Amino acid sequence: MPVRWAAAALAFLLLATLLGLGLGPVGLGAGRVARDVLSHVPFLHISSPLNGTEDAILWQLRAPRVVLGLLVGAMLASAGAAYQGVFRNPLADPYLLGAAAGAGLGATLVIAYGAADDLRPVAAFAGATVGVGAAYALGRSVGGRSTAALVLAGVTVASFLTAIQTFVQQRHADSVQEVYAWILGQLDTSGWTEVLIAVPYVAFSAGVLLLHRRLLDVLAVGDEEASSLGVPVARVRFLVVAAATLGTAAAVALSGLIGFVGIIVPHAVRLLVGTSYRVVLPLSLVFGAGFLVLADLIARTVISPAELPIGVVTAFFGAPFFAVVLRTTRTVGP
Amino acid sequence: MTAVAFDRVSVTLEDARVVEHVDLAVEDGEWLGLIGPNGAGKTTLLRAVAGMVAYDGSVRLWGEEVGALPRRQIARRIALVPQVPLMPDEMTVLEYALLGRTPHLSYAAKVGEADLDAARNALGRLELTGFAQRRLGSLSGGERQRAVLARAIAQDASLLLLDEPTSALDVGAQQQVLELVSSLRAQSGLTVLSAMHDLTLAGQYADRLVLVDRGRHVASGTPAEVLTEELVARHYGASVRVLNGETGVAVVPLRRSRPADVED
Repeated sequence: MPVRWAAAALAFLLLATLLGLGLGPVGLGAGRVARDVLSHVPFLHISSPLNGTEDAILWQLRAPRVVLGLLVGAMLASAGAAYQGVFRNPLADPYLLGAAAGAGLGATLVIAYGAADDLRPVAAFAGATVGVGAAYALGRSVGGRSTAALVLAGVTVASFLTAIQTFVQQRHADSVQEVYAWILGQLDTSGWTEVLIAVPYVAFSAGVLLLHRRLLDVLAVGDEEASSLGVPVARVRFLVVAAATLGTAAAVALSGLIGFVGIIVPHAVRLLVGTSYRVVLPLSLVFGAGFLVLADLIARTVISPAELPIGVVTAFFGAPFFAVVLRTTRTVGP
Repeated sequence: MTAVAFDRVSVTLEDARVVEHVDLAVEDGEWLGLIGPNGAGKTTLLRAVAGMVAYDGSVRLWGEEVGALPRRQIARRIALVPQVPLMPDEMTVLEYALLGRTPHLSYAAKVGEADLDAARNALGRLELTGFAQRRLGSLSGGERQRAVLARAIAQDASLLLLDEPTSALDVGAQQQVLELVSSLRAQSGLTVLSAMHDLTLAGQYADRLVLVDRGRHVASGTPAEVLTEELVARHYGASVRVLNGETGVAVVPLRRSRPADVED
């Protein structure tokens, strides 16, 4: 990978993190946050410029939220890139494929029927698997390998799953508020609990995806030729889809429906560095993490003291971007 | 040694018998051309060698049964150039050639300097060095075919399977590509098995030809032995003149007669 792009991605990540930690109803200042962080590093002997309340705001409110944003953003962006590679479809995305709607249904069932919160990621994963499986099967049955067919199938499946999800949500008036707030997408954390739940899922999924980044390049020449180059195509596809779906499900279970990250970030990365997944996948992961923290920053500051759902922010930027991608995609059509 | 040996090979695809009891052998270092009319089973025979289709009978690669070899082992010995390769427009020529290294890398291995060297070397041998950073979508037909061959060379296999390697090219590009294959063969002792429609090109470049028709092996021998006016008429239903030149046989299609009622 070109070193300068890796450096640029890490600089972007650091900047987004410091802005995310520093800005909010109580301005802490990115520079002071940086000093505070360094004060926690042993042997540096830097004193923190923050007082007790500010320190609590930073470490109990902002930091968990920013870290959750990093995890969810990294996951959605790398899952998007992975789906695009494995389905050889530039328009594939966790949301357009029905993964997110399925995860939403699974998580809604858990909330509505009052099951333990720990079950949310599991139920979300089951729902997401059903969503992706149904979209892929439907897409194949109507349009072979056409990119448009897969996306239309995903939209169809997502609409259906969303209808069931809305039905369940309305039947359980007591939890409507909770479900609704969650559906719109939010990185609202109460401390570090959600973050700790997310870490193993995201680490595992992202690890599996990164492991397959070279093989995703081989899949670009089609199943037949990839197979003639010695790649076990069915196994690679299964592992990548399973990992991307698991990661998406964990992200959705914790943060609700945050759309378009899986489209915007990988496509922006491709414009910068070309199409090889050896580079696109790791860079999407890093840029996705920073991107979502910045989106969350906008969500909680633009109508301060109220908050916008973060899904509204990503859709506001993502939908026009998607329109541009759609126009420039040459492979659409049967 | 025999590179590829078919022993009573039959292939059934969706209830249709497309290859029927074919015997043939490709000797090490030889260029064997498969010819035959549309639907004769040429591509299926190539796919059987590459282990990409189930067959009855036996296909051996340097003595080992293809069906019993792991996919990666086959890919280290055989490079397949398909009739219509899927070439992503946005991929660069170097990235594409690098894909040829796949069988030499373990599942999660990264591309190393040695692989980059092999890919660059392959580009050099196909006169594509200046094209390394060009996108596949910007190449001409002949350049694309050379890029596919570069990928095959980077694969470092001993057997090259060519399925209609020149059918989409103009006559100049056809000659250039086949001359390159010929010189690669001379440099590194490659064995080549090709399926070709163009009988003249087959007759000029292959050492030996096997004619298949409706899944059966119907004739084999030197180009001069197989490309006779009578055999071509019988199996292709074509009227041709066969010319013998210094470099091999040329097959020229000729109209049987001019219709009397057409005015010039």
